[in-house]
Amino acid sequence: MEDKKNKSIIDKFWDLLASVKLAIIIFALIALTSIVGTILEQGADEARNLQILAKLFGESVAPSLYTIFNKLGFMDMYHSWWFISILILFSVNLIICSLDRLPKVWKLISEPMAPSPEEKLRKFLITREVVIQGPAAKVRDTVADALKQLGFKSQEVTEEKGFQFFSQKGPYSRLGVFITHCSILVILCGAIIGLRFGFKGYVNVPEGTATNLAFADRGTRNIPLGFEVRCDNFDAEFYGMSDMPKEYRSWLTILKDGREVLKKSIVVNDPLTYEGITFYQASYGFMNENIDRGIFLFRLISANGQSSDIQLRLGDSFHIQGSNISGKILNFSPALRIDEHGHAFTYANQMNNPAVLIDFSESGARTLTGWILKRHPETWQLPNGDRVEFLDYWGVEFTGLQVRKDPGVWIVYFGCFAMSAGLFIAFFMSHRKIWVKLVEEKNSTRILVGATANKNRAAFERKVDTLLSLLGRKEKGEK
Amino acid sequence: MDSSALFGISTMAYILAMIMYITYLAFRKEQIGITATAITIAGLAAQTLAIILRWKEFADLSGMGFLRSAPLTNLYESMVFFVWCLIIGYLLIEFRFKNRSFGAFVTPIAGVALAFIDLTGVSKEIQPLVPALKSNWLLAHVTMSFVAYAAFSISFSTGLMYLIVTTEKRREPSYIFWTLTFGIFMIVMIAMAIDLFSFKVAVKPDIFVKSYLFKTTFLNSSPAVKLLSWIASCVILFVVWQFGSLLKKVIQKVNIDAGMLDEITYKSIAVGFPIFTLGGLIFGAIWADQAWGVYWSWDPKETWSLITWFIYAFYLHGRMIRGWRGKKVAMVAVIGFMAVIFTYLGVNLLLSGLHAYGSQ
Repeated sequence: MEDKKNKSIIDKFWDLLASVKLAIIIFALIALTSIVGTILEQGADEARNLQILAKLFGESVAPSLYTIFNKLGFMDMYHSWWFISILILFSVNLIICSLDRLPKVWKLISEPMAPSPEEKLRKFLITREVVIQGPAAKVRDTVADALKQLGFKSQEVTEEKGFQFFSQKGPYSRLGVFITHCSILVILCGAIIGLRFGFKGYVNVPEGTATNLAFADRGTRNIPLGFEVRCDNFDAEFYGMSDMPKEYRSWLTILKDGREVLKKSIVVNDPLTYEGITFYQASYGFMNENIDRGIFLFRLISANGQSSDIQLRLGDSFHIQGSNISGKILNFSPALRIDEHGHAFTYANQMNNPAVLIDFSESGARTLTGWILKRHPETWQLPNGDRVEFLDYWGVEFTGLQVRKDPGVWIVYFGCFAMSAGLFIAFFMSHRKIWVKLVEEKNSTRILVGATANKNRAAFERKVDTLLSLLGRKEKGEK
Repeated sequence: MDSSALFGISTMAYILAMIMYITYLAFRKEQIGITATAITIAGLAAQTLAIILRWKEFADLSGMGFLRSAPLTNLYESMVFFVWCLIIGYLLIEFRFKNRSFGAFVTPIAGVALAFIDLTGVSKEIQPLVPALKSNWLLAHVTMSFVAYAAFSISFSTGLMYLIVTTEKRREPSYIFWTLTFGIFMIVMIAMAIDLFSFKVAVKPDIFVKSYLFKTTFLNSSPAVKLLSWIASCVILFVVWQFGSLLKKVIQKVNIDAGMLDEITYKSIAVGFPIFTLGGLIFGAIWADQAWGVYWSWDPKETWSLITWFIYAFYLHGRMIRGWRGKKVAMVAVIGFMAVIFTYLGVNLLLSGLHAYGSQ
């Protein structure tokens, strides 16, 4: 401190970069700027953010505010040069402050413990003194036992008028802070590796087709996968008769050089990984333009129990085996609903409630025309006892897959693990040192205890008191 | 008895305990304090049983197995769990520090949270899970987040009390800060109560925020009422600022010293911060990676958790700077909890994002 004036500019700059003050300024900067990023929608259209600004500040100032924020990069702020600069400054601060402090802390960790003179013992933040009957040589064993009981492996020296024990616990807990700080750097490294050598993309795969390409989320790049992924089937399941989704499932096959190498059905929270590329169930959709190419799967059961599975297209006719009923598929709706006047209409462009309109005839004469709904088995029953079970309409949906390759993700996870461990050590463990000095006096022994802890001193103080009560109890027991 | 009846009992118990703790603070009769503690414990027991019952009801209904059926999937259930953690945290402090006075400051948070559920018509139905929530990470991520939130709310209470006790002059920034915080909290509560009273509606909270919140006061169509609301707010702020020192006298009466308040604030943040880092941020990132293929996407919920994390990091590092210990960092602890509330409620109700299902 006294040579502050003589410090060179480089030293001052180093101190600034290593300082806690800079750290908290960076914390505040990241926190405050990030708030703006959660209010303005990132990477959204101009109209959307203009609307948000107008809502907050009024129509008149919104366009000029938009221009200012846009110039400052707030429309995609987490990728802007200044936000990345703050993150770099944050990393530099972490590195320099660790380099600055580590040697001093290492000295505290590696310093061997030594016996302490009496006057120094009295200056510790935790000090206790008791007098116990009996010669020091006898009390010595009691003290050694008590220390052992509290989990301290102590060293011992013989002194002029007695003995001294000293011991420490958890010197390496001082490294917890450094582990935490380094883990942030590890996570940032993992993120950079992921950005540099990986990609994030998406691809929509129609049922029954395969693709060897994905499209990047940012930019318009096409990403060759190096293999093909085929969607064999997609199915959305709903809770009961509601439109609340229960599960989205895609049956995928990976093809390498035209050969099938992997088959897996994926759902949200359970992706498929092949050659480092992972496919996530992200969305789905109905393709109106494929409606003529789709294949209906029906199970036909006649009144006398004959069953047959058939595959049909829109406009096809079929005959129920073991019965004289035949039918012709007239129309299809992905989401059918009947209004209060009894008119059928399609309420969504998703396969929420697939329905097929069939024209039935008996021995060539038309009998009835009706909708058969996949989700409503009661519509499968025909008046004469035959059944037409609507199992699936295949080839008209696509599955939307999130495609990602991230070689850095394990580094990020390692960093997260290190951070958890570092925080645990930093907050719940401490470096504790204790000295117990025994001085023989007439018929009795004076015990002087000095102790320090770099954290949670109160808890250690209670532990020292436990030690003393152990000594006291032993003494009473021996009397 | 089903879970909702038990939830009702626990809500009543906590509100009763709140009144008892405040009475205790005023009259300092030992029996009143013991009664308050007993009522709180009874409420906790009823609530624990209710949570277990609801868990079982959900598991039976969904057939997804016990681990995936944790009752933590919507605003109502998470709020209940938050209150549960908070009460446990408070009772631990009461036994550890042998001091009941905090009860008067912690139980109102529990009371306000439960009243919010009842008054705003948050859906209490057991709802089926959307595909994104069907994961084993749900239990770990949500429980740990809320344990941390409860620890943070304790640090908020003690941080605010610390400011009340230690500030001397009316012109001091920390005095202005706490009276302002306190005053705004009162204004928002009063304005919301007026909204609920005048509209008499029970709707989903997101709809409430969109179409009813402050519509009788600050957003009233009549400019006169609008002006009157702002004037009333200023008057409330002024009154709190003018007579804030009375609150200090009340707290000082019940032998809570500033050092203890500072210690509890620090300790609850020291417990909350690692749990929040692991359960909230890290487990959340791993889950997002499994569900969406990105461990970090800067969506509002993630960003607000990070903001919260940085504010508490600010608190922990601020304590190391000379001259910051005490009032300055206590203000940071108070601000940190405001960020927690925004992360939990504000993002779902006011901002859009991937986590929109939280308010359904």
